[in-house]
Amino acid sequence: MSAPSGDEVQDLRLVNLVKSFGDFTAVDELTLTIPAGSFFALLGPSGCGKTTTLRMVAGLEAPTSGQIMLGSTDITDEKPYRRHVNTVFQSYALFPHLDIFENVAFGLRRRGIKDVAGPVNQMLELVELGPMARRKPAQLSGGQQQRVAVARALINQPGVLLLDEPLGALDLKLRRQMQIELKRIQTEVGTTFVHVTHDQEEAMTMADTVAVMNKGRIEQMGPPVEIYDLPKTAFVANFLGQSNGVVGAVQGRSGDDLIVGGPGGSYNVPAARSTRQEGEILLGVRPEKLSIATGGSTSSVPDRHNRATGKVTDASFTGVSTQYLVMTTWGDEWTVFEQNRSVDLLHPGDEVVIHWAPEHTFGLDVPAGQ
Amino acid sequence: MPALAPVAGGAKVSVGAGVQRRARTAYLLLLPGIAWLGLFFVVPLVSLFFTSLQSPTGTPGVYQPGFEAANYLTAISDYWPQFVKSFIYSGIATVLALVIAYPLAYFIAFKAGKWRALLLVLVVAPFFASFLLRTYAWRTILADEGFITSTLNALHLLPEGRILNTPIAVITGLSYNFLPFMILPLYAALERIDPRLIEAAGDLYASPFTGFRKVVWPLSLPGVVAGTLLTFIPASGDYINATLLGSPQDRMVGNAIQINFLQFRDYPVASALSFILMAIIPALVFVYIRRAGTEDLV
Repeated sequence: MSAPSGDEVQDLRLVNLVKSFGDFTAVDELTLTIPAGSFFALLGPSGCGKTTTLRMVAGLEAPTSGQIMLGSTDITDEKPYRRHVNTVFQSYALFPHLDIFENVAFGLRRRGIKDVAGPVNQMLELVELGPMARRKPAQLSGGQQQRVAVARALINQPGVLLLDEPLGALDLKLRRQMQIELKRIQTEVGTTFVHVTHDQEEAMTMADTVAVMNKGRIEQMGPPVEIYDLPKTAFVANFLGQSNGVVGAVQGRSGDDLIVGGPGGSYNVPAARSTRQEGEILLGVRPEKLSIATGGSTSSVPDRHNRATGKVTDASFTGVSTQYLVMTTWGDEWTVFEQNRSVDLLHPGDEVVIHWAPEHTFGLDVPAGQ
Repeated sequence: MPALAPVAGGAKVSVGAGVQRRARTAYLLLLPGIAWLGLFFVVPLVSLFFTSLQSPTGTPGVYQPGFEAANYLTAISDYWPQFVKSFIYSGIATVLALVIAYPLAYFIAFKAGKWRALLLVLVVAPFFASFLLRTYAWRTILADEGFITSTLNALHLLPEGRILNTPIAVITGLSYNFLPFMILPLYAALERIDPRLIEAAGDLYASPFTGFRKVVWPLSLPGVVAGTLLTFIPASGDYINATLLGSPQDRMVGNAIQINFLQFRDYPVASALSFILMAIIPALVFVYIRRAGTEDLV
């Protein structure tokens, strides 16, 4: 998080933002700075408070307490139609009685701008919908409607563009396409995008910064590569990609590594990659960081690698890679992604040794109930 | 794909036959309705038309077949004030009903939450009592010694000193009796509007009023048109409200038809009046729908 850097830069800042519905706290003491010009993703499961946060920024929901600042202006109590923030709604909410041109021109007309043709056509060019200007929303495909919704919001040159699960209604292929498209538009116009999604892949593909939300709080925030590589909580480790985990106890140190004794032996984890330095910790490792060695090749496993032995229970071939499920000797099921560099696949029942480099391990607090 | 083309064509033929068969089934299903309409709508209408052209025999109440177009002239020259009054009263009553019904329908559609079903039942609840009975009730409500009249008189708000037996009472009765016909189509139109559109309008710099004017109102127009027609058409042919709530000067065309049929036994003029009313209403409706279809009403 960077400090707010002055009046001309329209950073969006949320300060101790709280929203309660009766006894339920949807957003809990949220403090967050979204730097101007960034593509920011709020990622979390449904009910985590991400949409409520977005609606508070848009002015569609009044915060119970806390502050929302755009640049140096406090917009907490500003009416939605006065804030310089625009939203791309989940279902697009295009006006069905107006054609595409009038939908896009809506915001400009409301602000008393007479000459709308130039900006509207330019915006329709940006989203590649020029020839559709005189069609009604119902005559457009889902992907096209999506782009109209983006154009209708962006034309107002908002300080912040809010996107509420904008790709949720599209099929997988179109979603991929629109992810790239949205990223292109954001780079082109340089507007701050705040994107709410429950799709971790979508968040990682598009955003410069991802904030993972859970139960009204931000669990972890940072560039996608960083939080993927080094999750700080078990929730993040499992919500953002997949993780394998084993609980152990710190037994000592060896150089920069902690030595952790677990059910299948002892493991090394760099001390800097662990949230705890002593006691019980949850060790984690991503499935694609694991390698598999069988019978004859176990001798080739580097000595410094962590290892776990087990038996293959399932192998699913997906073309590029094969996903194995391996039952460890202590009865946990681990997932391993192996790139298909050879055609010899393992089969259920094969005895294997899973191994990985200590620097790919991360140590977390053991979550309650584990 | 030339190899695939004939296959596609072949498939089309069988689809076409299926459609044809389904169309025939649809017409068969329509038969009872068409028979009913033919028997109870077309036949009386034709009979009424011939009655409107009958000529007198000399004996009161007995007429012979003829081609007396003069019946229509009599109907217009004798009863044009009743025609004018009908359309003025029902026009005002329709506007009044719209003004009352719109906020109510809006509330039920967007704000009522769990009370929605109950409120809709209350809207139709008056139908459980007879139309005649309810109009009689208004005689009591608007009576000279009644609470409303005496209160308004105390405030010197009534120029004639009374409500009952004035056009105000007739218009009040008409708006009241046809209000559900206004509320229900309005509710149906408003209920279909996605509340997120209102949020989107607000997000795009429209104040709540502008948002209403530019988004909700245009989207509710089908309901407004349906509601006003369902109110205006029966109201302009109604005679109960004018009979029970108005003075003899406030008679509408429905009263003229009723008196000619039942009291004067002048069936040809009564039929001619009915036909003229039936011709004017569609003409007015046509003009109205044409206007509603353009931006004029928005």
